[in-house]
Amino acid sequence: MLIERKWKKWLYFYLPMAVFILFTLFPFYWMAVTALRPDHELYRTWRQASATPFWTLEPTLEHFRGLLQTTAFPKWLWNTMLIALVSTVISLICGMFAGYALARLKFRGSEFLGTAIFVTYLVPQTLLFIPLADIIRDLHLGNTPWALMLTYPTFLIPFCTWLLMGYFKTIPKELEECARIDGATRFGAMVRIIFPVAIPGILSAGIFAFTLSWNEFIYALIFMSSADLKTVPVGVVSELIRGDIFFWGQLMAGALLGSIPVALVYSFFVEYYVTGLTGSVKG
Amino acid sequence: MANVTIRNLNKKYDGGFHAVKDVNLEIRDKEFMVLVGPSGCGKTTTLRMVAGLEEITSGEILIGAEVVNDLPPMDRNIAMVFQNYALYPHKSVYQNMAFGLQMRKYPKHEIEKRVREAAEILGIESLLERKPRQLSGGQRQRVAVGRAIVRHPEVFLFDEPLSNLDAMLRVQMRVELKRLHERLETTAIYVTHDQVEAMTLGDRVVVMKDGWVQQVGEPLELYGKPLNRFVAGFIGSPAMNFVDVTVSDSSGVLWADADGLRLKVPPQLVERVRAHAGKRIAIGVRPEALHLASGSDLPEYSFDTAVDVVEPLGNEILVNFRAGGAPMVARVDPAVRLKARQNIRVALDPERVHFFDDKSGAAI
Amino acid sequence: MGAGSAAGAALPAEHVRVSRLTRLLESEKLLASVLLVPGLAILLIFIAYPFVMALWYSLTSIRVGDPGQFVGLANFTKAWNDTIFQTAFKNTVFYTFWATIFKLALGMWLALLLNRTFRFKRIIRASMLLPFIVPTVLSAFAWRWMFDPTFSVMNWVLYHSGVITDRLPFLSDGDWAMWCAVLVNTWRGMPFFAITLLAGLQTISPDLHEAAALDGANAWNRFWHVTWPLLLPVTLVVVVFSVIQTFSDFQLIYVLTGGGPANSTHLIATYAYQVGVASGLLGEGAALSLFMFPVLFAVVWIQLRFMKRMEGA
Repeated sequence: MLIERKWKKWLYFYLPMAVFILFTLFPFYWMAVTALRPDHELYRTWRQASATPFWTLEPTLEHFRGLLQTTAFPKWLWNTMLIALVSTVISLICGMFAGYALARLKFRGSEFLGTAIFVTYLVPQTLLFIPLADIIRDLHLGNTPWALMLTYPTFLIPFCTWLLMGYFKTIPKELEECARIDGATRFGAMVRIIFPVAIPGILSAGIFAFTLSWNEFIYALIFMSSADLKTVPVGVVSELIRGDIFFWGQLMAGALLGSIPVALVYSFFVEYYVTGLTGSVKG
Repeated sequence: MANVTIRNLNKKYDGGFHAVKDVNLEIRDKEFMVLVGPSGCGKTTTLRMVAGLEEITSGEILIGAEVVNDLPPMDRNIAMVFQNYALYPHKSVYQNMAFGLQMRKYPKHEIEKRVREAAEILGIESLLERKPRQLSGGQRQRVAVGRAIVRHPEVFLFDEPLSNLDAMLRVQMRVELKRLHERLETTAIYVTHDQVEAMTLGDRVVVMKDGWVQQVGEPLELYGKPLNRFVAGFIGSPAMNFVDVTVSDSSGVLWADADGLRLKVPPQLVERVRAHAGKRIAIGVRPEALHLASGSDLPEYSFDTAVDVVEPLGNEILVNFRAGGAPMVARVDPAVRLKARQNIRVALDPERVHFFDDKSGAAI
Repeated sequence: MGAGSAAGAALPAEHVRVSRLTRLLESEKLLASVLLVPGLAILLIFIAYPFVMALWYSLTSIRVGDPGQFVGLANFTKAWNDTIFQTAFKNTVFYTFWATIFKLALGMWLALLLNRTFRFKRIIRASMLLPFIVPTVLSAFAWRWMFDPTFSVMNWVLYHSGVITDRLPFLSDGDWAMWCAVLVNTWRGMPFFAITLLAGLQTISPDLHEAAALDGANAWNRFWHVTWPLLLPVTLVVVVFSVIQTFSDFQLIYVLTGGGPANSTHLIATYAYQVGVASGLLGEGAALSLFMFPVLFAVVWIQLRFMKRMEGA
């Protein structure tokens, strides 16, 4: 390690780190404080003095109660979870298969297909949402969870395929060759040897896919119309703002509750995520 | 148990690289056959075609009486040990060894019996519950071998299995592999780039270069009667000394001349060398066929030179010097004291001189 | 034949018993096609097909409930002369350019900080990722609340600490609002840069830094001559991803300003949504969103060329 002076460490490390932490986390803190404040404390203008600007003396759960009782928020949470899970699983399976084929099998056009899949990742949802809405309607998928479960994989599969292809390439070829000599079919060697070895990569692709699905907004906004079928982001936008009135307490409570599941998934697997990413960066 | 027959085997890669050229081999039942050669000579490709991991461009491979060209590896009843061991990292040692038997739907007790048996042979009974990453290099090597022997395959394939081990362990494992082969009596094909490994392990050795088979024979045959200059130079350490010479016929006696060197062609070779009179050929002498000249050595098989570098190895001394415009090494008695730049007279053993055609490299 | 079974009772050749179907999959080509079909099917139906449809829509006067007719490039020329679109296009370029610069600079800085050893490293590193994980729509609401004209906490702090005498028009002025959007986008995207660059940093051997330090390089030189060049491939990948995500962004502006005030903060995507979905002019909306394509195509093309060159090297 390189040695440095103490004051330098404070200037070049602790100080910037503290600013980064403040910048990154303050909005979440503010979200939480807002969600716990009673309305009369919440709507105090910027000129008004306040003894407790950054916390509250009367914490209340009224916004959470209101959110859970007067809106379909629990239902939205459930929808979001289900849709994110299913589309993640679909994308992982497709991505594992395609990634393996592109990383390991020799066939004509493999390079072209790899590039083509990569390019589709770069076609944003906002370029496709208008005709896609018609396709969804023609397939009679409109206003059903399947509309999202099938369209989310379009931006997840390319990502999963590329990440996993990189990961598979880091696994020595000899492992599956040995398995095939041991009596496994190509398919068997893939499922029994390569996939288990690639679990860190698969997990990190899965986490990423899950958060991306949880995050998705525009497809959910356009394809789902009944209040009961909405996802958290769409539900919060469309049901907690009535006309011009923002229910800030409930909005922040909803934002908080809607963020917790993904944050939990992440905190459990962040190490896997970093190793998976490192694997694919190396590959 | 089976013999392996390879007929007119060729491998051409998509890029046009011709890796294996018209290889013909007959590996007998229970034989330990070693393929040796420099990297890129086609030895590993040949082995992988026997395993079924590489497609055959043309030719045939038979295991026993069956042509296996189109059989996937799982149907060939072979086992292979890889250079990097290829242990399944997510399985314990026991599961690693049992995997091949499970794939073949062996009953549990039979798997258990065979794994224990193999573990006992290799002395790894205490490691069965460990994961590969908890093992040392030598232990991994044993597990890889164990995984191959539980299967009781018809043929063992080894792809440079010792090259990832350190020097000491390599010598030790070499002996163990030889003992194991004597015990199991299974046909084995072993690929290595190390000629010492080839010589010590092989019942017979195949020397390959640029995709061609150069020579097939028992180790001492390759050593004593190399068919060409490549084999002569590849087998033996330190390598055979080569000097380019011109043959001259002076009233029936043949002489080989090079810059500052004049040697008589030994009588047993005169007939064959005569055809090359007036041409350039190469003379080859192994370091151990050279010694410091004493009074009994004939002048026509001796020459003067000066010591360049001395390498005392303990049991022997390697003396480097130049003769006939080429660097040479002699292996001499360790009792002799020599210094750099000292003038010496070196004699060669006329019985152990080889001549090679200048162009084709074929032995004369 | 067997280990230990000296008697060597020769068993028949043991073949693996598997069904004929799985045996067919031993062919590399067949297996490859089987493995690729599910993914490709989804991508074809839900990306390639709608893309072609978008092209077709953009050439017609289709609107909700009316199939319309072929109008050639009329939608494109109309958009080109539309002042709101012109603003939206400028905004998109502005937004992408500044947000990417800030994300890269701050993300790199953060990655370098996180690459050191310090107490609570794991928890700090994990919490730094929060803005990236939390759904954009939800966190954008928190920012909108902090930017609120009447109740802004930032105005409160600045006013009561005496920095300002009148409130700052965070979202009520077009120029201010665009900078606010850049700020929020930077806040959200910076962790992704940081964590990816951190993964890249961890593959760089510390020996290189120590060797450079022995050669007399100071911290800045070590970064510029050792870290930056080695990190360049990873950096380019994240920058391209980020440019594409930012250029096509929708959610952030939709929540923060909804395109207002007076359509001054639209991005191409939000304006296309307003025209195509909110007003039902599908053809015009499709044409608007297709204006993103040439830019995205250029970025992807550069990226692919660069990747080819890296593979070649």
